[in-house]
Amino acid sequence: MNRAERLAAILADFAKVEGALLPVLHEVQAAFGCVDAEAEATIAAALNLSRAEVHGVVSFYHDFTAAPDPRPCLELCGAEACQARGVDALLAAARQAAGERVRVKTVYCLGLCSAGPAARTGDRVHARLDEETLVKLVDAL
Amino acid sequence: MTTVRISDDALALACGAEAVAAAFAAAGCTVERVSSWGMHWLEPLVEINGVGWGPVSPARVGEIVAGGADDICIGPVAAHPFIIGQQRLTFARAGRTRPLSLEDFAATGGWAALTRARAMVPAAVIEEVLASGLRGRGGAGFPAGIKWRTVAEAPASRKFVVCNADEGDSATFADRMLMEGDPFQLIEGVAICAHAVGAARGYIYVRSEYPHAIAKLKAAIALAAEHIAPLEIEVRVGAGAYVCGEETALLNSIEGKRGEVRAKPPLPALEGLFGCPTVVNNVLTLAAIPHILSEGGAALYARLGVDRSRGTMPIQLAGNIRHGGLYETAFGISLGDLVNRIGGGTASGRPVKAVQVGGPLGAYVPPSQFDLPFDYEAFAGAESLIGHGGICVFDDSADLAALARFAFAFCAAESCGKCTPCRIGSTRGVELIDRIRAGGKPQADAVERLPQMHNARKAGRSRAEELALLDDLLEAMQFGSLCALGGFTPYPVRSALKHWPGDFA
Repeated sequence: MNRAERLAAILADFAKVEGALLPVLHEVQAAFGCVDAEAEATIAAALNLSRAEVHGVVSFYHDFTAAPDPRPCLELCGAEACQARGVDALLAAARQAAGERVRVKTVYCLGLCSAGPAARTGDRVHARLDEETLVKLVDAL
Repeated sequence: MTTVRISDDALALACGAEAVAAAFAAAGCTVERVSSWGMHWLEPLVEINGVGWGPVSPARVGEIVAGGADDICIGPVAAHPFIIGQQRLTFARAGRTRPLSLEDFAATGGWAALTRARAMVPAAVIEEVLASGLRGRGGAGFPAGIKWRTVAEAPASRKFVVCNADEGDSATFADRMLMEGDPFQLIEGVAICAHAVGAARGYIYVRSEYPHAIAKLKAAIALAAEHIAPLEIEVRVGAGAYVCGEETALLNSIEGKRGEVRAKPPLPALEGLFGCPTVVNNVLTLAAIPHILSEGGAALYARLGVDRSRGTMPIQLAGNIRHGGLYETAFGISLGDLVNRIGGGTASGRPVKAVQVGGPLGAYVPPSQFDLPFDYEAFAGAESLIGHGGICVFDDSADLAALARFAFAFCAAESCGKCTPCRIGSTRGVELIDRIRAGGKPQADAVERLPQMHNARKAGRSRAEELALLDDLLEAMQFGSLCALGGFTPYPVRSALKHWPGDFA
């Protein structure tokens, strides 16, 4: 299936859903790694929205990106509970281990606040991180 | 054959429960995946014939199977001091049932409240919710029964129930635990609410940071379809915007719009999702409903608690705390009890410096106020809030000025941009804290010196003047913002400044 067919299939899946834009964008982001201008235009036409409306939504939410980033991603929690458990001191080591190869993204709260510092890689979660385990986690990505 | 019970809650998984479960399976045991007891410092916790071991690593599995590993054995789990001290109503099944087992759910009283409620007229169901004194557990504490009655009495052809599971506050995880550990109870609560207000469709809006909760809920809704029919429930996934935890932003997000806050009125109870009357309740509010609608449940609920805070609150002990986890108890318990007696003080072993209650928008409370009872009004009276019941402990290495700066920076990052005090004020706040820490502003900046900036001051500002400016800014944000994000950011900032002025030097 080429790109246009895949996008059409996603839009067809949500044709009858009320308020379908966010579910559609999640699917598109997962399929193509981003929601680019071309996808925005196609989605807008299918959902009877203006391109500006779709772009406004895409640019509002942290989960949607305009360009793909093929690198593996480490989402490190930077919220208060993980700060209280010393996540700030680990950040430099994580960034050094990541270099340009891995994307290190700060997120606010993974709900593992009693066992921080916490991180997420894809749908896997990690808690009680220290410098050693965090660097190991980055190296394994 | 030995049956070993291990939680499949995200926190247990993050602490390595999967490897421990695999090791027990390899040792010839039957592994049963259950919900978490909420004793997070003991995860991965394993339970064999009611006796627990934790935290367990795969290397210790052989010893446990052989009946050893006494150093990490905690004895009978259900009799652990952390558990027997609680009054678990919403989390009654925590640790005891398999999350997606309809059999376990029914065997522990599941669906009884829904059956009873559906045999009653909607108005009678709402009467019981009112009688229980249940208030919204998301943070605002609005009486749930009044909200339900407003929706029930609103004339409309379509109505909705929306469950707010966008649990973005740091130090909170009760919603996540409930959705992962007891999803059917939440579904039952939504179904009872839908019956009471006359809604045919429900939405559960879950944040995208909770992939395990999303998967469990979707599976549970499919399994429960025949029990809740004709009601249909759909899971909607957020997209990383903290502000969507605000109810009107959440409704916009479900509608496929930017998660911008709406002005109120109109109240969502009258014009909510797609313009229809809508109940928006937090996960914990709806999950408390099956207990309340069980026979005599409302009266029992109303007997617990203090003053206008009735029933129990699932309190989350988090941050730098020795015994972190979920502690459900009646309102009225003191903060010091929670932090020191139950939580065991800090995990680092250093003295407690501050406790943030109620998430990133909650005040920092010093140990001198640890006699504060856990109660909506008592906290409000102390310029604080209990919010979603999260308690985040900091030891004496915490820098409260940095945390105050973080509160502004977080608000700037997560502001929806609709109202000016929040959108602009948060960024000005970060700059102000930096200048206060630097001792003021020696001279006017390049923009202020421009001839067309008639009203700008041409001289620098002293530290005292910067502090006065901060006070002005906080007042503008508190009273001028549309929602709690801008409106409550002053709480952490003001409390930090008030109790730890030395940190700002």
